[in-house]
Amino acid sequence: MVQYANAGLDASFAALSDATRRGVLEQLGDADASITALAEKFHMTLTGMRKHVGILEQAGLVTTEKVGRVRTCKLGPRRLEDETAWIERYRKLWELRFDELDKVVEELKRKENVSGRKKRE
Amino acid sequence: MDEKRESEPTPMKNRTTVERKSDRELVVTRTVNGPARIVFQAWTTPELFKRWWVPKSMGVSLLSCEMDVRAGGKYRLVFGVGDDASNAMEFFGRYIEVTPPSRIVWTNEEGEGGGPVTTVTFEEKGGQTLVVIHDLYPSKEALDAGAGSMDGMPETLEQLDELIVSLVASAGRS
Repeated sequence: MVQYANAGLDASFAALSDATRRGVLEQLGDADASITALAEKFHMTLTGMRKHVGILEQAGLVTTEKVGRVRTCKLGPRRLEDETAWIERYRKLWELRFDELDKVVEELKRKENVSGRKKRE
Repeated sequence: MDEKRESEPTPMKNRTTVERKSDRELVVTRTVNGPARIVFQAWTTPELFKRWWVPKSMGVSLLSCEMDVRAGGKYRLVFGVGDDASNAMEFFGRYIEVTPPSRIVWTNEEGEGGGPVTTVTFEEKGGQTLVVIHDLYPSKEALDAGAGSMDGMPETLEQLDELIVSLVASAGRS
C-alpha cells in the first residue's frame, strides 16, 4: 500500500466511508448550512446529524461555528491542504521530468559544439 | 568548450513552479539551460522525449512512444509499471499546433469527459529557455479529477505515488 506521510488521511477515509457524510460534504460544497438544515435535508435526527458532523470535524473536513443557538457547518481547512498536496505532487513530477530534460539538453548542446557550425546553417 | 565528464550533474538546478491560474487552468514553469531550438528538439523527437518524460526513478517505463509532431498529427504513449504488461496504460491525443521552436499545442484524449488542452511555449532569453506548460481543462471538475490524480495517471501507479510522496515528505518536512 501507499504510505502517505500524512496520517490524517486515515481519519479522512473513515469519515468518507459513509454515504451520508459524503452527502453532507457535497451539500456544504454548495453552501454553508446549519446542523438543523442538514438533519432535515438528510431526514435524520439532530443527534444523528451532530454525530456525523462531529466525525467530519475531527477529520478536518468540516468546521462548525456556533452563533447564538445555531451551529453553522462549513467545509474545513483540510480541503486546502489536500489541494496543496496534489499541486506539490504534480510539481515534483515536473521537477523530475525537467531534471532528466536538463541532461538531454546538455548532451545536445555538447553534440552541437562538437559538430561545430555546420549544423547552424 | 571545456566540458567535463558526462556523468557530472548539471551544476545549477532551476526552480519548477506550478500554479492553479483559475478553476480550469494549471500552469507549470521552468527555465532550461539551453536554447529554445534544443529544448524543442528534445520535446518533439521520440527517442529524446522518451528519455525524460518518464524519469527512470519513477519505476514506470515507456513501452512505446509514437509521435507525429505536426498540426493534426497524433501521438500515443504506452506506459508500463515494472515488467508487467497487463498494467499498461495509454495516453493519446492530437497536435493542434506545432510552431518550431516556440510553441506546441496538443489534446489529451485518454480520459473520460475530456482531458485538458496543453499548450507549451519555449521563450529563449540569453541562451536559456523559459518553458511554460499551460493546461486548460474543459471544467473545474475535470481539473480536480485529472490533476488530482497526477496528470491523469491512475492511482494504480503506486510506485510512482510512493516515490512522489517520499520526495515530498523529505523535501517539505522540517
